[in-house]
Amino acid sequence: MVKFDVRNLSVRFGAFNALKGITIRVNANEILAIIGPSNSGKTTFLRTLNRMNELERAAIMSGTVELDGTPINAISAEALRKRVGMVFALPLPLPLSIFDNAAYGIRMHGGKSKQAVREAVEKALKQAYIWDEVKDRLGESAFKLSGGQQQRLCIARTLAVEPEVILFDEPCSGLDPISTAAIEEAMLKLKSVYTIVLVTNNVKQAARVGDRTAFFLMGDMVEIDKTDKIFTAPSDKRTGDYIMGKFG
Amino acid sequence: MKNSKTTQKIAFFFLLLATLLIILPVGLIVVIIVVKGLPAISWSFIFDMPKDGMRAGGIWPAIVGTICLVAGAVLFALLIGVMAAIYLSEYARDNLLTRIIKLAIVNLSGVPSVIFGLFGLSLFVVFLKFGSSIIAGSLTLGIMVLPIIIAASRVALESVPHSFREVSLSLGASKWQTIRHIVLPNAIPGIMTGTILEIGRAAGETAPILFTVAAFYLPHLPGSIFDQAMALPYHLYVISTQVPNVDEKIRYGTALVLLILVLFVNLVAIIVRSKFRKKKKW
Ligand SMILES: Nc1ncnc2c1ncn2[C@@H]1O[C@H](COP(=O)(O)OP(=O)(O)O)[C@@H](O)[C@H]1O
Ligand SMILES: [Mg+2]
Repeated sequence: MVKFDVRNLSVRFGAFNALKGITIRVNANEILAIIGPSNSGKTTFLRTLNRMNELERAAIMSGTVELDGTPINAISAEALRKRVGMVFALPLPLPLSIFDNAAYGIRMHGGKSKQAVREAVEKALKQAYIWDEVKDRLGESAFKLSGGQQQRLCIARTLAVEPEVILFDEPCSGLDPISTAAIEEAMLKLKSVYTIVLVTNNVKQAARVGDRTAFFLMGDMVEIDKTDKIFTAPSDKRTGDYIMGKFG
Repeated sequence: MKNSKTTQKIAFFFLLLATLLIILPVGLIVVIIVVKGLPAISWSFIFDMPKDGMRAGGIWPAIVGTICLVAGAVLFALLIGVMAAIYLSEYARDNLLTRIIKLAIVNLSGVPSVIFGLFGLSLFVVFLKFGSSIIAGSLTLGIMVLPIIIAASRVALESVPHSFREVSLSLGASKWQTIRHIVLPNAIPGIMTGTILEIGRAAGETAPILFTVAAFYLPHLPGSIFDQAMALPYHLYVISTQVPNVDEKIRYGTALVLLILVLFVNLVAIIVRSKFRKKKKW
C-alpha cells in the first residue's frame, strides 16, 4: 500500500532549487532510508511531507504530495502533522518536564483524560526505550537528560501522538552508539505499526534498518531501490561512489 | 611598548572614574532622602490622612492613589502591549501597515510626558467624559509606558528559540497553542524586565497625571476608578512648592515613601521573574 505518493516535487528557496522534480512513493510499514551528502535536499524533502517548509516564507513548492490518496494541502496543517510526526536532527526537548514533553502533543490535541494521557506517555516512553531511565524522574526538566536520552524522549513525544508516519531527520547524528542502537531497534519494532522515512548521514545505518534506500544528490533523487540492491549493485555510479565514501 | 602600557593605565583610570561618577549621584540621592526623610516615617505618617493643609498628618491617600494609578497603568499596558507584541512578532507580515505601526510605536516613546498629559485630558477626561479620575490617569500613564512594554515584549518573544516553535508545530499544535504554551511562558521573564523599568517611571511621573487625575488635596480615599485621587509625585510637588511652611522632613519623608514604594514593586517583579527563570530549562 502506498502511504505517500510524491510526484514531480520541486522546492525553491528564492532562486535556489533545493529539490528538482522528485518522484517517490513511500510504502506503508516500510522504513525508507534516504542518504546523500549534505545540502542535497533531504531535510527539505522531509519537511515537505509534514508541511513544515511552509514556515519558511521563501519556500515555493510545486508538484503533488498525497497521503493515502489525499493531497496534503487539502488536509489542515495541524491534522497532517498529527498524522505525520517528525524527529529532528538535534535533540530538541521543549522547556518542560520529561513527562510534559512526552505529553505535549496529546494535550494539544485534547480529548484525553489525565489517566489516558499518563498511559499514552508511558507506552510511548517504553516504545522509545527510555522508560526505565526516566520512570522515577518524570517531573524533572528534560534538559537534565543526556543527549541520547533527550533524543529518545523526543521520539517518545512523537510516538505519543500516534501518528501514521514518522519522519526522522538524521536522528542519531552526534549520539553515542548505545543510544543509536536503541533508536534503531525502536525503529525496526515500530515499522509494523508506522511508516518511517529515515534521513541519515550514516550509510551503515541505512543498510542496517532501511527496507529501501533512496540516494539524493544536489536536489535530485539519483536512485531508489531495495536497500540490498543499492548497497551491492547500485545502478548509478554516483550512488556507489557515495556509499564507498568517495565523496560526501 | 612601555608607552602604550602607560596610556592604557591612564585610559583605564579615567574609564573607572567615569563609572564611579555614576554611583555618586545615585548614592547621594538615596543618602540625602533617607537621612532627611527617615525621621518623618512613622505608622501614622503612612496610614493617616493629611491634616492642617498638608503640613501635618499622613500621606495615605497619596500612597493609595499612586498604587491604584500604577496598577491600572501596568495592567492596561501589559494587556495591550503583550497582545500587540504577539501580533507584531508572531503574525504580522512585513507590509506597509506593519511598518506604520512600528513607526508609531517608536514615535510614541519619544513623546514628552506632558504631551501625554494633555492627550489624556482631551481624550479620557473630556471626550470620553471620564472626568478627572483614576481611570483617566491610569490609561494616560499606560499609554506612556506602552512603547517600552511592547518593545521589551517583542524582544522577549523573539528570543524564544525558533526550534521550540518548530517542535510544537511539528507535533500538530496550532500556532496559537504554540504561542500560548511555549512562546509566551518563556517570554515572561523578559516581559517582566521591561515592566519593572516602567513601573518606576509610571509611579514617578507627574505631568501625565496632572490634568487627568491628581487632586491637590483630597483627605479621603477614592471610592471608585471614576474618582479623583491624590498621587505621591504630585503631592510632593504641591507640598514643596504650593503650600508654604511645610516641614522639610515631611517633604523628604514623602520622597522616601515614593522611593520605597517603587523599590518594593520592583522587588516583587524581580521575585516573579526569578521564579520564572528558575522554571526556564534551557
Ligand atoms: N529556509 C531556507 N532558505 C534558503 N535556503 C534553504 C532553506 N532551507 C534549506 N535551504 C537550502 O536548500 C539546500 C538543501 O538543504 P537541506 O534540505 O537542508 O539539505 P540536506 O538535509 O540534504 O543537508 C541547501 O543548500 C540549503 O542551503
Ligand atoms: Mg539535513
